[in-house]
Amino acid sequence: MTKNAAQATGIGRRGFLKASAGLAFAFTLVEAGDAAAQGTPSRLNAYIAIGTDGTIRIAAPAPEMGQATNTALPLIIAEELDADWAKVVVETAPVAAAYDHPIFRAQFVVGSLTTRGYWMAIRTAGAQARRVLIDAAAQRWNVPASELSTEPSAVVHKASNRRLSYGEIASFAQVPAQLPEIQPDMLKKPADFRLIGRDVRRWDVPAKATGKAVYAIDVQVPGMLYATLARSPVMGSTPQGHNGAELLRRPGIVAIVPLAQGVAVVGDKIETVLAARADLKVDWSPAPGSNFDSERGREMYLAHVRDPSGQKVVVGRRTGDANAALQGAARVVSGEFTTDYVYHAQMEPLTCVASVTADGVEVWTGTQWASRARDDAAKAAGVAPEKVKVNMMQMGGGFGRRAQIEYVVEAVEVSKAVGKPVKLMSTREDDVANAHCRPMTAHKIDIGLDAGGKIAGWRHRIAADLVVTQVYGQPRLDAQNGVDHIVMAHADVPLYDVASHLAEHVYEAPGVRSAAWRGIGAGPNAFAIEAMIDELAALAGEDPVAYRMKLLKDRRARTAVEVAADMAGWPKAPRNDVGYGIALSRLGVPQLGEAIAVTIVEAALDRARGNIAVRNVWCAADVGLPVQPRNIRQQVEGSLVWGLSAALSERITFKNGAVQQQNLSDYEVLRVSRLPKIEINIIRSGEIPLPVGELGLGTIAPAISNAVRALTGKRLAGLPFTPERVRATLA
Amino acid sequence: MANLNVNGVVRQIDAAPDTPLLWVLREHLKLTGTKYGCGVAACGACTVHLDGEPIRACVTPLSHAEGKRVTTIEGLPGGENNRLVQAWIAEQAPQCGYCQSGQIMQAAGLLAKTPKPSREQIVEHMDGNICRCGSYAQIVAAVERAASGR
Repeated sequence: MTKNAAQATGIGRRGFLKASAGLAFAFTLVEAGDAAAQGTPSRLNAYIAIGTDGTIRIAAPAPEMGQATNTALPLIIAEELDADWAKVVVETAPVAAAYDHPIFRAQFVVGSLTTRGYWMAIRTAGAQARRVLIDAAAQRWNVPASELSTEPSAVVHKASNRRLSYGEIASFAQVPAQLPEIQPDMLKKPADFRLIGRDVRRWDVPAKATGKAVYAIDVQVPGMLYATLARSPVMGSTPQGHNGAELLRRPGIVAIVPLAQGVAVVGDKIETVLAARADLKVDWSPAPGSNFDSERGREMYLAHVRDPSGQKVVVGRRTGDANAALQGAARVVSGEFTTDYVYHAQMEPLTCVASVTADGVEVWTGTQWASRARDDAAKAAGVAPEKVKVNMMQMGGGFGRRAQIEYVVEAVEVSKAVGKPVKLMSTREDDVANAHCRPMTAHKIDIGLDAGGKIAGWRHRIAADLVVTQVYGQPRLDAQNGVDHIVMAHADVPLYDVASHLAEHVYEAPGVRSAAWRGIGAGPNAFAIEAMIDELAALAGEDPVAYRMKLLKDRRARTAVEVAADMAGWPKAPRNDVGYGIALSRLGVPQLGEAIAVTIVEAALDRARGNIAVRNVWCAADVGLPVQPRNIRQQVEGSLVWGLSAALSERITFKNGAVQQQNLSDYEVLRVSRLPKIEINIIRSGEIPLPVGELGLGTIAPAISNAVRALTGKRLAGLPFTPERVRATLA
Repeated sequence: MANLNVNGVVRQIDAAPDTPLLWVLREHLKLTGTKYGCGVAACGACTVHLDGEPIRACVTPLSHAEGKRVTTIEGLPGGENNRLVQAWIAEQAPQCGYCQSGQIMQAAGLLAKTPKPSREQIVEHMDGNICRCGSYAQIVAAVERAASGR
């Protein structure tokens, strides 16, 4: 068990019991005494409760935003418990230390690391509970525990042909003060899995197919007021004056609440609040980003990657001496790329219901960082974190945006100011205006080849806004020696045979809001890297698949290329402006294992209009151990669709520091009519589940760019590939 | 006070005539299956039926809905046994799920008029409904499944 698991406290136990209140448990797998309070390590009590009727209640610890970990995690627990899945009831856990992600040490969902992170801790918890049940049956039958085995939800003594269901055991068993120790070798062998690797239905789907699923925006509490917020158009700008006094004279408008970076309109009905918001006028103070123009900014970023002298440059990754290798190279191949700002466009606009009373704070919200929401809500209300109850609601999409929780803090501030519960809801227009973007980036890659054409040195310079400072704060960046791991994600090329490598981050500070965005920096970085791999292949006069097979030294990556090529029927000859392109991307962190995706696209090019239609996508996804194959396929497919949307149309532009787009009408995300046929093959390559929720996203843009290069000899080097840009590139 | 027929029940609504039907349903009547996504008829999350026709509740004033039959996801015949709902479950279509009520109501409008739609008809009819999670293939498959009566 991890150190973090050992720190699990009774808070979670009480929270879960409270969540289960009203059920008549003769016995629950919760320590009867005060063991938890005395510091006895236990996860079991936090996660599992068994009723005498055989119902097994399992707490889902992670915030759910559509990734289905709230099915996968309980399923993993049920696997080790050897539970009958039909008897399992999934409950959303409270926000408490017992449910912290073992690596993040927080209830926090980012980086597609939820299943990977909880994996060993929750298997151990399930196995512990199973062991308690076996020991109780052994005692009752007066036989050695070693003679007992389990079948789904039953302990069996084969020698005497006796069996006891888990519910029956629950009616007499006692949970020992000291829970049994479970060593990793006592866990189930993958060959014995009954649930992992076999599809079950997601527990949340029926509610989501009947309109019954509850999101923060759906919550109503007695006495609640409605609020919406005009946020400063430019980051850091503050309200100087407003016409709130005039709006307050309107019937139903209860308060105008100025906040650090916004002005909230509060009233008794949503429609009156929204009408007042439309007429709210605020004077904003100037801020560092007030003059920022992203079109000019892109040129500046490009100038900085060409010549970074005078700029702050931080080494993100280094292997060997790439600069020296470039100087001594027989030939240097260079390429430049840019990516524009993009917005999350999560379907549920940011919303939080908050109730601040003399007793404490309660919030209902969809957040990827529930424990931070609790801590920051406590600070905003001026109470201890124990006085804050956070209800983790289903998220109407997260995609990284809800890793920032300023909307929770603002809801608490407004509720505190008006002394009543408040639902603070963003309008879509304000959600767009307050976009926290994946940064704009410019890339310059220089590759030095030796006389034999081998890669001696690879330098990748990336100019981009900082993200880590806005998600985690300056201390985190300082602790990482200035390395922004979100921007620099997968800027290295470890799968390829590259003798020396250098990735540098040229800091940009345009003064606009940034965030983790699905796939983080790996998306733009894979775009640049995989386009360059095709440039090298073209230079060598080789087929892009054959070239990658030679250059890849990683066995799993080579397998993924082979599988994808086989799916697509490679080699594919271009015809009538229908071309084919391939790209590879990784997901995860090296210490925990990385998933690999290889994608081939079939793209039809309309040269006159500059339109690109992607018709077919073949993706080979190496995910380690697939826990729920169908869901993995859907997650990868979703991330391919996301990547396609970003490649073809998504962009945010800034003028005078403010977002120019207004709604989903001018921030275009992919619709069903542009959906290609997508085929995904899952490769099982190990016994650990690797990240999947963002897998494949980074492959789409370079694969399209490579397809167009193969067709036309021209390189699409700026994301997104708008018709104007495509026409300009082909001209 | 306006009288509004919602899911077969006439309800008295204390809201101005120009109030978007969306807020009447969600906040006045607590029928929260209908979702707010954009407010400008760009995403389809708020799709409900007016006299059986799919419309966007976010741009439909209360006055326009008076005297007509409003059907929301909560009023879909059969509830969880509705063939579209069953198809949605069988295809495991939802991810975050937020757009899915609107998708289902939009699809119901199609099947009411075109019981056996072609794939092209489905795509054309569903193109106004955004799913940001990218579950479009499952949505199309679910509509096909419901239409086939499987």
